[in-house]
Amino acid sequence: MADGTDAGIAVAPVAEPEPGPSGLDWAKLGPPLESVLIPLVALITSLLLFGGFVAAAGENPLDVYYEMYRGAFGTWFSLQNTLQRASPLLLTALCTALPARAGLIVIGGEGALVIGGLAAGAAGVALASSGTLVALAGMLLAGAIAGGFWIGAAGALRVYRGVNETISSLLLAYIGIALMNHFVEGPLRDPESLNKPSTRHIGEAHMIGPIPGLDVHWGLVIGLVACLAAYVLMFRTVFGFSAAMIGGNPRAAKLSGVSVGKVVLITTLLAGALSGVAGALEVAAVHGRANASLAAGYGYTGILVAFLARHHGLAIVPVALFLGGLNASGGLLQRVFGLPDATVSVLQGILFVVLLLSDSFYGRFDWARFTKARAT
Amino acid sequence: MSDASSLGWVGVPIAVVAGAIRVSTPFLFVSLGECITEKSGRVNLGLEGTLVMGAMAGYGVSYLTGSAWLGVLAAGALGVALGALHGFICQKPRVNDIALGIALMLLGVGLAFFLGKPLIQPSAPRLSAIPFGAFSNDPVIRSALEINVLFVIGVALAFGLEFAFKNTRHGMILRTVGESAEAARALGYDVDRVRLFATMAGGFLAGVGGSFLSLYYPGSWNEGLSSGQGLMAVALVIFARFSPRRCLYASLLFGGAGALGPALQSVGYTSGYYLFNAAPYVLTLVIMIASSSATRASTDMPAELARAR
Repeated sequence: MADGTDAGIAVAPVAEPEPGPSGLDWAKLGPPLESVLIPLVALITSLLLFGGFVAAAGENPLDVYYEMYRGAFGTWFSLQNTLQRASPLLLTALCTALPARAGLIVIGGEGALVIGGLAAGAAGVALASSGTLVALAGMLLAGAIAGGFWIGAAGALRVYRGVNETISSLLLAYIGIALMNHFVEGPLRDPESLNKPSTRHIGEAHMIGPIPGLDVHWGLVIGLVACLAAYVLMFRTVFGFSAAMIGGNPRAAKLSGVSVGKVVLITTLLAGALSGVAGALEVAAVHGRANASLAAGYGYTGILVAFLARHHGLAIVPVALFLGGLNASGGLLQRVFGLPDATVSVLQGILFVVLLLSDSFYGRFDWARFTKARAT
Repeated sequence: MSDASSLGWVGVPIAVVAGAIRVSTPFLFVSLGECITEKSGRVNLGLEGTLVMGAMAGYGVSYLTGSAWLGVLAAGALGVALGALHGFICQKPRVNDIALGIALMLLGVGLAFFLGKPLIQPSAPRLSAIPFGAFSNDPVIRSALEINVLFVIGVALAFGLEFAFKNTRHGMILRTVGESAEAARALGYDVDRVRLFATMAGGFLAGVGGSFLSLYYPGSWNEGLSSGQGLMAVALVIFARFSPRRCLYASLLFGGAGALGPALQSVGYTSGYYLFNAAPYVLTLVIMIASSSATRASTDMPAELARAR
């Protein structure tokens, strides 16, 4: 693996901190400062790189950034659009972040979302004549079970057969999307959906409405609660500690009596269930039926959100807002500059690579020496 | 694959075999590339991005210069660049090669879609095929035996690499680095540099594999060109137990699975079209389940990889 102890890099590009009063103990202040400074420098570096890229494509980077800001947060409408796009990201990010605590890299959130959406769509049609609450609960539950099964399967394969969960979860995502296409065009197809094959509509009465005063559905609240709960589970409970132990050293965890298989299974089941709920919400609150719109890439963007947030439940919230905003601004970039819709993906890719590179700069700066230098 | 229609149901196996040869070429190149990289003790999941970038660049250069082979070279060169990026960043401490692979996959696909937008319309010169079936009068046989030069090169490469890993100096160094970085270092080899070159070589082959997609089969550039082929090739290397020769057989198997859906469709069997399209993914998964073990790492796996898992 990356065994680069002898790779000689001379300077860490940590920004020079403001010279404080010479009494400050930089050796203590430094490390927490790093965890803010390094991601910040990484973000600025990515924006500069992307700016160069946009400039090479013949647009003024400042204009592009201004339009991106406008398209993401600039107006009341775009802000709501951003929130709408951030809510599934909160859940799909958890699909990567929860297993990551236990040392697993799961990248199949898209599949759990699509399968969860399909199950919710089918449940919604089946429960069309029931009461609203029953129908809603049924849809969310169906989504959670289907999604949980999908990622839980990757976890089970890991535990029982040692199958690499990164590859298996992604294969399951492709299989999930194929299954969705099959059911939507075949057995579950609404004969009236001509251009875009879909399941039957779940009925306007059973749709999840907007949060009062906003044009954003209740999925946002569900996502926020899930992030908070994930934080509590992973950082404030024995279960979370066991997961972190497994992530740190599976053998040590096993020797200290942690039931590794059980923790991994529960974590992946939960992760998939959350992504499945994201799919169910897309059906119950946005589309009203399951169709190919489910595979809109929320699962893949969720991976990036989780990594940017360092798999921390609470950090996912601002990062999901940021990336939701990026996605929301994509349309405006297309309209104003005629840039391809992949522009946003380019920025996301640059951000991801630079962020991983920035990981190597932690602890590189000798803060203790910095204190001495200030003192003299 | 409408060539199966004239023979009816008998055409299905022929179409599957022909499809296996056609569809397997990108699998073959990516898996050989990944095999080199993994032998050195690193995993590059970003080859999916490299494949798509190669497809885009190959098509673009072929369109601009009028030479399909220049396109293939350009695709390979771009693959080297992406491989160098992966290898370089992986040298840094605390960088996870799997996570970086995912990042490069997203970046590669995004860049390819961005830069390839103007290439969807124009048509570029394609690679030509060798008509091995010229002896036959049957059009089905003839089209089935029209084999692209890249496939032939890939087959030769598979056997060549198998030989080189076992019998050449460079092959030995590569395997030493993959089996024990410490031993290699003690012998005086620069582990990071060997891995960097191995990743660049892997990127070159993946890029060439991508150019096959856009320049021969399916033979045009669009955004749905590759759907996880680069990733399946990574799984395929595990299934092939890190042997280039077995990578060839596995690629053919995967190609055949991928050709099943279109072959059945061409004889009018269309129900479950999407399910048959998922056949390669299901096959990969089944194979991974069958060839993995919870208790021990495969003995063929480079020890540095097993340690990292």
